[in-house]
Amino acid sequence: MNKQREHAPVLIFTYGNPSRGDDALGPAMYDLLESYKEESSSLDKIDLLTDFQLQIEHAVDLEHRQGILFIDASVSCSSPFTFQKLQAEEDDSYTTHAMSPSSVLSVYRKINQHEPPPAYMLSIRGYEFGLGKDITVQAQQNLQQAFELIKKMVQTDVADWGKQ
Amino acid sequence: MSSELETANTPQGLKRTVIEPLTRVEGHGKVTLLQDKNNTVKQARLHIAEFRGFEKFIQGRPYWELPVLVQRLCGICPVSHHLAAAKATDMIVGATELTPTAEKIRRLMHFGQTLQSHALHFFHLCSPDLLFGFDDEVRHRNIVGVIEDYPEIATQGVMLRKYGQEVIRVTAGKRIHGTGAIPGGVNKSLNKKEIDYLKGDIEQILVWAQGAVDLIKRIFFEQYDYHMSFAAIDSNMLSLIRGDGAFDIYHGGLRAKDSKGNTIFDHIDYRLYSDYIKEGVKNWSYMKFPFITSVGADDGWYRVGPLARVNNCDYFTTPLAEKERVEFAVIGDGLPVQSTLAFHWARLIELLHCAESIAELLDDSDISGKDLLIKGELQSSGTGVIEAPRGTLFHQYDINEDGIIEKANLIVSTTNNNQAMNESIRSVANNYLNGNQLTEALLNQVEVAVRAYDPCLSCATHAMGKMPLQINLVNEQDELVDRLEKSATGQISRTR
Repeated sequence: MNKQREHAPVLIFTYGNPSRGDDALGPAMYDLLESYKEESSSLDKIDLLTDFQLQIEHAVDLEHRQGILFIDASVSCSSPFTFQKLQAEEDDSYTTHAMSPSSVLSVYRKINQHEPPPAYMLSIRGYEFGLGKDITVQAQQNLQQAFELIKKMVQTDVADWGKQ
Repeated sequence: MSSELETANTPQGLKRTVIEPLTRVEGHGKVTLLQDKNNTVKQARLHIAEFRGFEKFIQGRPYWELPVLVQRLCGICPVSHHLAAAKATDMIVGATELTPTAEKIRRLMHFGQTLQSHALHFFHLCSPDLLFGFDDEVRHRNIVGVIEDYPEIATQGVMLRKYGQEVIRVTAGKRIHGTGAIPGGVNKSLNKKEIDYLKGDIEQILVWAQGAVDLIKRIFFEQYDYHMSFAAIDSNMLSLIRGDGAFDIYHGGLRAKDSKGNTIFDHIDYRLYSDYIKEGVKNWSYMKFPFITSVGADDGWYRVGPLARVNNCDYFTTPLAEKERVEFAVIGDGLPVQSTLAFHWARLIELLHCAESIAELLDDSDISGKDLLIKGELQSSGTGVIEAPRGTLFHQYDINEDGIIEKANLIVSTTNNNQAMNESIRSVANNYLNGNQLTEALLNQVEVAVRAYDPCLSCATHAMGKMPLQINLVNEQDELVDRLEKSATGQISRTR
């Protein structure tokens, strides 16, 4: 398949539906990072991608990377956010309408026959997910705190992200 | 044609089973079954919590936002809503006919999205059932199992899906929330670099698409009688059709045929859809039950989507898909193919047609044209209809003098298939569940019937961590006597 597109060594992949209340935390972070990219060179070697949800084809987006950070809203993580290293896992998230990051990593491993790059999950706590709702005030605060964390992370080598 | 299993005569004292949520369908739905003490099924219903509030979400917004705004209704098929809304707003801005460049760019986008959607459904959501059988160990019966045992097929599924997404990205300008289609046309055409990029892989895509059709035929004929009879129902079929009867998923008139293949109506201007289709309601479901007005609520329900489209059309415009359609029609023996599992076969014929059509369009100089937009006199309403991957999709809008949307009506593909999906699970209940103790494998058969329609029940909020499957058995005293649960990791546990 076509390999014409160039990849930055690091990928930050946010996901969520912008019109579903706090589910918009992922895309909102994408917007923050896009703006930040214009004022800071620390994102020069980082690709930013966003989508409604994760699916099998996103395994292809992970190719040729040194590190990946997934960012999503979560209804169950601790406030303001949680950060963890991901493992490729066959966790059967096929049973929902979106795959988990671990499951996408697993697809990557199967189709490429080697381990995926180091990958991390930043889950930002959300509270309300109704259609047409705005991001809640509390979730906005969580988003800002998570943004501050990322600004520090991108100053460091991706190999050190696991030490966060 | 409605089944007697829709409502039990005496529901009191019957054993109630709930399959919730359904797995490997987009969104959230559940099936409830009522059985008597002999395990005879007395009632079977599919419940879907979806789409309420969509119209309200749209009201009060300016019409020119519609093609972008409606993409947020659904994370599964945003391009379908994008194009249906764009067609409706074409009408509002008085663009009765698009420029060749605009129409072909939109068609290219639509072929890309249908290709990726069908690839996801077959390779990801349904191939585990079809390749391993419906009673395979649940832990293995998933996409990861497919990759383990059929790595080449699974990889092809991923790459077909990726290619379709790339077609969308190039034509819409972005991976998501694309602005490609705008009222009266498109905002960009393709340059040489973009065309060459997509051309680079199209030959491979065609080979894989043909391979997918060959695979589903092999699977279908290996257990022909079973595939023909499983969840089979006799239904009317509804789809768009081109003026000369050709298959067309972007534009055309409405064609409806009955279960014997007789024409109910044909080449109907879709702006008049409400004269031909009514949306019925039932007190046990939030989702409406559309039916063909002239046939009536009891017998006028219909199927939409790949099965209806391939049955309804007179021919495909591309040679490989047309060859496959002719072969497909043989199993109907002169009548429309009614096998619910034939949805998969029809879907892959469409996938092949999409690949062929993309190849044709990439060789068409119009997609590089500069004439992108047409405008006319502003109208107070607009209707847009397309064939989304899952079936016919209706968007209708009324605006006020300031261009603000005052009224919106959407009939989405899955709503069109509502009664048909209910009838299919009743067919399964009659043929496979009656008299049997419920097991995960048996319950999966119910889900297989629903999954064949590729329903989009999406709320796109991906609230994870809920039980993917829970079955409660309740005795005649309404006491819980048995519970079977499938966890998010696929583990089965039983609580008595």
